[in-house]
Amino acid sequence: MNDGLALGQGEAFAEIVKLLEPFRKGDAPITLDTDITRDLNIDSLAVMDMIMELEDKFDVSIPLNVVAETKTVRELADAVGQLRTGA
Amino acid sequence: MGLFDRHAALIERYSAAREAGMDPLRVRLERVLSPTEAIVNGQRTLMVGTNNYLGLTFDESCVEAAVDALRAEGTGTTGSRTANGSYDQHESLERELADFYGMDHCMVFSTGFQANLGTIATLVGEGDYLIIDADSHASIYDACKMTAATVIRFRHNDAADLEKRLRRLSGATGNKLVVVEGIYSMLGDKAPLKAICDVTKRHGAYLLVDEAHSLGVLGGGGRGMVEEAGILDQVDFVVGTFSKTLGAVGGFCVSNHPEFENLRLLTRPYMFTASLPPSIIASVRQALHVVRTRPELRTRLWHNVETLYDGLEAAGFRLGPDRSPVVAVHMPDLETTTGVWKALLDAGIYVNLAGAFATPNGVSLLRCSVCAAHDSEQLERVIETLTGIAASIGLLPRPVMAAAG
Repeated sequence: MNDGLALGQGEAFAEIVKLLEPFRKGDAPITLDTDITRDLNIDSLAVMDMIMELEDKFDVSIPLNVVAETKTVRELADAVGQLRTGA
Repeated sequence: MGLFDRHAALIERYSAAREAGMDPLRVRLERVLSPTEAIVNGQRTLMVGTNNYLGLTFDESCVEAAVDALRAEGTGTTGSRTANGSYDQHESLERELADFYGMDHCMVFSTGFQANLGTIATLVGEGDYLIIDADSHASIYDACKMTAATVIRFRHNDAADLEKRLRRLSGATGNKLVVVEGIYSMLGDKAPLKAICDVTKRHGAYLLVDEAHSLGVLGGGGRGMVEEAGILDQVDFVVGTFSKTLGAVGGFCVSNHPEFENLRLLTRPYMFTASLPPSIIASVRQALHVVRTRPELRTRLWHNVETLYDGLEAAGFRLGPDRSPVVAVHMPDLETTTGVWKALLDAGIYVNLAGAFATPNGVSLLRCSVCAAHDSEQLERVIETLTGIAASIGLLPRPVMAAAG
């Protein structure tokens, strides 16, 4: 599942999956390729709330701008991973 | 893909609300009779969803001032102040607002929305940080889209959460602007402004407070939450609107920042919009004078707030957390809210229907706004009618519901 992810991204991925769990459509599992707004029952407000949870979990600042620039779980996990390592 | 396909979910919810038999987005006030009454669907209707907190829309002195200005200076300015010049009255109003807050500078905008959009998006840019309360108004969220600054959101009305987020930015070199509101428009809750101001200042950030719903309502002199919290000498920018307590339309920003006037060169929602017509400016100036000289209206308003808030609370409704002129009644879901809203309107009472996309966490609310011009009988009627409707569909009686989102 974590193929191609650095350690930081892997942890971020696990946390994102946990936070997105309540928004799953049917039985489809959340994967790296899940499109956050298209494949889930989630609105923009809930996405922003998830960003706050991720900020607190990893003690980083995640700009809201990141939300507009990431479509998939992979992109978000990458972005969070990079913020954690200061890349 | 059709032009509106990406909005399908919202459009679908709207259609469902319309099926209740009345389109909540197209309520027509066939004739407005007073600050508290209008004809709706051919029926004399009590208005409890106007934001007309002091009831000044029909104040004789404000109407007279507008009429005089209309006759003297015409219907409109037909241009922006930047390109077409300022009328003497625009500058007088700016001086009077600056004086009201005891600040050095004021800029008047053509709407409150533009005042937030223009000032916020101009004050911070690339390399800067904009830190907003999670429940901010749409105009603040749109300012976030317009600025190149990094935007961080903190948990609603939570000074400790703000501090945590400012601490994470402590190594950052750019300017930081914290944006909050005095009273939040949907739930009517007040900001813990003293604590927010302390945290903001401790971290070297600027503070902007939007007093749209608190101007004329809070503070001994009606200056809003900044006055009630005692931070007038510390707040960097106060934004407000003319479309609520002041009974017209327009917005403003006041500040002591020595370079504030640069905003006139930089703020596009100010530079590229026609300025407010003379009649609007004249009635706003008079309304501000009324706010300053008739504190009894504020006393009357708070008496009415107490009547409605305490009455609905005693009836068993779950309300917004603070007593304020916005009294928000929690409903279990959008369908129930729409049904109760329609039943109230049929009974001759207009309140605001507020649901997903406009409310924090998408909660469903019947939003009432209290006016100094309401009389006790009118407010008792609201309590009685709403209680009757809610009881008839099994919403009441029940013990006060446990707090839940």
